[in-house]
Amino acid sequence: MDQSHLTLISFGYFEKDFLEKVAEAVMHEFNHPSRIREGHIDLSEFFDAGRRQYNANQLLHLVDSMSLPECLKTIGLFNVDLFIPILTYIFGQAALGGKSGIASLYRLNNEYYGMPADKALLLERFKKEVIHELGHTFGLIHCNSPVCVMRSSTYVEDIDQKEMHLCDRCRSQIKVI
Amino acid sequence: MNKEEKMSRKISILIVDDEESVRDSLNSWFTEDGYYVKCAENAKRALSILESEEFDIILADLKMPGMDGLEMLRRIKALNKESIVIMMTAFATVDTAVKALKDGAFDYVTKPFDPDDLSHLIRNASKQIVLKEENENLKKKVFSLENVDDIIGSSESMQQVLKEVESVAQSSSSVIITGESGTGKELIARAIHFNSPRKFYPLVSVHCGALTESLLESELFGHEKGAFTGALYNRKGRFEMADNGTLFLDEIATISGKMQVELLRVLETKSFMRVGGNKEISSDFRLICATNRDLKMMVEKGEFREDLYYRLNVVNIHVPPLRERKDDIPLLADYFIKKYCTSMNRPLVSIDAAALKRMEEYAFPGNIRELENMIERAIVIGNGRKIHLKDLPIAREEISSSVESLNDLEKTFIRQILNKYDWNISRAAKALQVDRVTLYNKIKKYGLKSPE
Repeated sequence: MDQSHLTLISFGYFEKDFLEKVAEAVMHEFNHPSRIREGHIDLSEFFDAGRRQYNANQLLHLVDSMSLPECLKTIGLFNVDLFIPILTYIFGQAALGGKSGIASLYRLNNEYYGMPADKALLLERFKKEVIHELGHTFGLIHCNSPVCVMRSSTYVEDIDQKEMHLCDRCRSQIKVI
Repeated sequence: MNKEEKMSRKISILIVDDEESVRDSLNSWFTEDGYYVKCAENAKRALSILESEEFDIILADLKMPGMDGLEMLRRIKALNKESIVIMMTAFATVDTAVKALKDGAFDYVTKPFDPDDLSHLIRNASKQIVLKEENENLKKKVFSLENVDDIIGSSESMQQVLKEVESVAQSSSSVIITGESGTGKELIARAIHFNSPRKFYPLVSVHCGALTESLLESELFGHEKGAFTGALYNRKGRFEMADNGTLFLDEIATISGKMQVELLRVLETKSFMRVGGNKEISSDFRLICATNRDLKMMVEKGEFREDLYYRLNVVNIHVPPLRERKDDIPLLADYFIKKYCTSMNRPLVSIDAAALKRMEEYAFPGNIRELENMIERAIVIGNGRKIHLKDLPIAREEISSSVESLNDLEKTFIRQILNKYDWNISRAAKALQVDRVTLYNKIKKYGLKSPE
């Protein structure tokens, strides 16, 4: 098998249709075939009782260890609240120029903010978040363009402001291994 | 485009924390944001990094084994007072926060922080850095424009002179200012001095041409009591008075051969003795000379010492004569009108188009000094509202070289007389020794019109 696949590993419950749409968006954006795998692990190991959140650094290590040699990049998809020690929460993170990243649906849900559920919006946000983390694995840093998917987003509203695509400048800077 | 993007260089951040996970998280977070990041696991390591490398922002944990954050903050501030240090802590207490801020910390944050807070914090610090750099740049710009308000001129040649002043001001090199009499050489010397690091010390001027050789010697070197008849007290010379400042020698070409030798010796050793004294006195001054003569030619003729010439002529600034920068005449006229009307407590007058045109045609052998005197005189003798051609001493010289026929000559002359008498027909007719009707007919014939 050639080393050109982008792999999405889902941890926890995701609708099949939902995942396929994310995989399709990823494939379209990076022009590489993508595929979906399921990860079966006990997430309680990564739970920090004091913060009632999941340790994103440890989860990134886990995904990295699960990444297969034939995969170009691997992104772990979660449905739990992620944190890193220094920050109160994160939407996702990735190794810059590395092989893997993680992204969580948890804080992308409208319900989390006391708003009515919006499945289409959730899908859109998640696609952007996964593409954003994949961008980091391709060596891209945050972009200043207000519409580029690589723009840094600290609030969910920031994610809605940007588009699902890389700007021309970021696209030209992608480092393909 | 925001401020950070405007910066051509990357902002650098040093992270100091004993916890590896914190260092790693912050490192990847800031790297993804496009900053240059380095990490240190303790204060000692951070300080040794800071000795060899400068960082824009230092993000440091307050509680660390060994040297704590507050102690490190003090040491960082001792190394570089301008450093931006942000303290992080897991336990927020008002006391430590106040202490950190009092000791010069830029900000204080409690771990863990919101991603947005972190971005804001660094953005604010970056803004501070950009502002500081902008401020420094502006200071330089303002600095370059300081004290040149009395040098008027937007013409290219004058702007070039100002550029040279700006570039030479910061050094201590000797400068020769050349230019015709009345071009403002002394103003240029003042501009150099007041934009130089010596500006807080005196600018001492000596007009060499006005003094005899012995007087000049005593003036420059000073004298001891009893050095010569009349020397009743010890007196400091100009060399001494200009210590740390600037010495301006005007009309340098007029000094005698003996003075040239003595001046050269002082310039070479930066020390001298007072007349009649035996104590070596040293003085650190910058020398600016001015002359309206061609020193090079004088050197060739053997009238000026070549070694002194080269010692003085490190930088040469040539001030152009007024006839080579005619564009500046209206500006200068305006400037002097304001100056004299204000000092004479009169309402501001304007200048008649014909008068201004004549001024622009005039060669001004006496340069700006002549222009200045001309305006002052016109304000004194004028009607208090407007400066007319007749108020200028150059009015009478107006003889049109393009005139060939007798008719043209008559037309020009009548216009001149009419202008002179403010188009008062009776007085003009009287001056021309014709009756008023004849004058009216002539005006009609030549289609003459009052300028107002």
